[in-house]
Amino acid sequence: MDLERQFEQTVAADHRVEPRDWMPDGYRATLIRQIAQHAHSEIIGMQPEGNWISRAPSLRRKAVLLAKVQDEAGHGLYLYAAAETLGADRAELTEKLIEGRQKYSSIFNYPTLTYADVGVIGWLVDGAAICNQVPLCRTSYGPYARAMIRVCKEESFHQRQGYELLMTMMSGTRQQREMVQDSVNRWWWPSLMMFGPSDAESSNTEQSMVWRIKRHTNDELRQRFVDMSVPQAEKLGVTLPDPALVWNPDRGHHDFGEIDWTEFWQVVKGEGPCNAERIAHRRKAHEDGAWVREAATAYARKKEQAA
Amino acid sequence: MTKSSWPLYEVFVRGKRGLNHVHVGSLHAPDDEMALRNARDLYTRRNEGVSIWVVKAEAITASSPDEKDPFFAPSGDKVYRHPTFYAIPEDVPHL
Amino acid sequence: MDNAYDGLTDAGEEKHWAFGTGFTAALAGVDRAIPDADRDSLTAYCLMLGDDALIYSQRLAEWCSRAPELEEDVALANIALDLLGQARLLLSRAAEIEGVGRDEDALAYLRDEREFRNVRLAEIDCGPGPGGDFGTTIARLLIFSTWRLAVFQRLVTSADPVLAAVAAKGIKELAYHRDHAAQWVLRLAGGTEYSRERIVAGLDRVWAFTEELFATHRVEAALPGIAVDPASARAEFDQVIDTVLNAAGLDRPQVKQVAALAGQAGRDGVHTAAMGFLLAELQHIARSMPGARW
Repeated sequence: MDLERQFEQTVAADHRVEPRDWMPDGYRATLIRQIAQHAHSEIIGMQPEGNWISRAPSLRRKAVLLAKVQDEAGHGLYLYAAAETLGADRAELTEKLIEGRQKYSSIFNYPTLTYADVGVIGWLVDGAAICNQVPLCRTSYGPYARAMIRVCKEESFHQRQGYELLMTMMSGTRQQREMVQDSVNRWWWPSLMMFGPSDAESSNTEQSMVWRIKRHTNDELRQRFVDMSVPQAEKLGVTLPDPALVWNPDRGHHDFGEIDWTEFWQVVKGEGPCNAERIAHRRKAHEDGAWVREAATAYARKKEQAA
Repeated sequence: MTKSSWPLYEVFVRGKRGLNHVHVGSLHAPDDEMALRNARDLYTRRNEGVSIWVVKAEAITASSPDEKDPFFAPSGDKVYRHPTFYAIPEDVPHL
Repeated sequence: MDNAYDGLTDAGEEKHWAFGTGFTAALAGVDRAIPDADRDSLTAYCLMLGDDALIYSQRLAEWCSRAPELEEDVALANIALDLLGQARLLLSRAAEIEGVGRDEDALAYLRDEREFRNVRLAEIDCGPGPGGDFGTTIARLLIFSTWRLAVFQRLVTSADPVLAAVAAKGIKELAYHRDHAAQWVLRLAGGTEYSRERIVAGLDRVWAFTEELFATHRVEAALPGIAVDPASARAEFDQVIDTVLNAAGLDRPQVKQVAALAGQAGRDGVHTAAMGFLLAELQHIARSMPGARW
């Protein structure tokens, strides 16, 4: 049977494609781009929250936050490993990231201004990430799907800690409740943008659906996220900053307002509030660590030669 | 900038006594000893008592699934080797 | 089977997700009776051990997102989390013995610098800030964990059942921290010329704070059978350090010690200039929003 047909049948039957299988070049390239972008997002995503570890207002919150940000390093690592099964080296991908040749999720180009942001990131940003990621546990490429299973298991703790922090803050002082509302106001729209451009504008969606890399369109996932978040916001006692947000009984979904696509594309293109500093931070860690990585490599080589 | 990439290791973990080591993922480490420690930090966190194997990815010899027929067909008909062949009542735990 | 991890974890059990859940059960079933001893000394002793862990954990966590490689980022965060866990148990015990209604957070966030009793080794900047680098960080980890492990090994027989339990739990963690440090000392010393320079410089910097670690404090002397006299751990510390340094082909640092001030140092609340900045960062949210709930 010819290789291409065998590949198509594997995918169509919802079986997993594994690293040593033949696959079309476009499939490989799409996966590398998507997995790398995902891995970079985890690593860059450590910064906005990592920023608050030293200032966490209780020891329990400090432990939870450190564990969470540590998880993100782990998630990035699982994902880089999945990309490596496709022949993309982590060092190469890291170079591409710090040279600005590969992207990461734009959400991390927004600043964290108060401790409430830690809670709202957990609730909304991780919530949106979960909507995106849960279907990826069944994505057609085996190593990516397996990495996502592990990531999703850990992410659910992330979302819960965020929501719990917000519930606690809402039961605190008036100042705290205002902090939470202010934070929701700032993060709601960027969270909706996490699902990417609308289906009409999304160039990669169709082919990715055929290959079963993606299982749902951007707009489907965005709608699911809105429907999930509305009752959660009510329980919390916060208002989502969208006057057009209303239940539509005919559709069985919430209608919501139009995203500011100008801002969306601006941030994607690197003009967000924090693009430059996020990359600079990652670059510094990578460059400052070069001598350590080299030392360990040199030591291993000497040991091998001595053996 | 100097590129000094540590080799890739594959990690296998025994979750609890009585189970096989299972492949859980991979990581980079400068050498075997650090690979084992990194694996503990990354893939078992604090669950003490598990057993970990690490092996350099380049040391693994693999069959290609595309060569599936000659290599795997002989066992394909031996359904009795597979656990699902045996009907087990639902209420038997951990089987 | 779609889930490759089913064989590894009991799916659905919260404790398997990650750290951050299940903190409360660390000392489940341990007798919390307070031994017959001077309360002020006992409280102070718990604070000494707790502050060491809290302040050092704060420093280690600064590496988060800044480590030389992702695997090391995860490893350093693990160590910081272990120490933060120890700190919480010890500060809670201090609060319980003190008995005036404070809790771990009141002790961590609302005490002033002069009331913190950690050794100065825990508070100095050893990197990633300007005060050090990965070499200095590893040097401190080696010294600190070797010392604390030797002390905790003696603390397991403490007449305070909580301190004994904290020590028993901590020994396993500290043994791993010490091993992690020792592995890196070998690699940095035997790696490149530059890495050898960095670990030598790092050891020189932190060695200046070692004498303080073994000075018997009056609080420790007042609690026979409960507290460990750190002087009793010196021989073991020296032996372990010499073994590591020998294997790495390094000499023991010959540097001047950072003296105490009129006999007083970290244990008495006399700290380095770095401490005020560290606490400002650690405490500012908690202090600037009185009455808030977190």
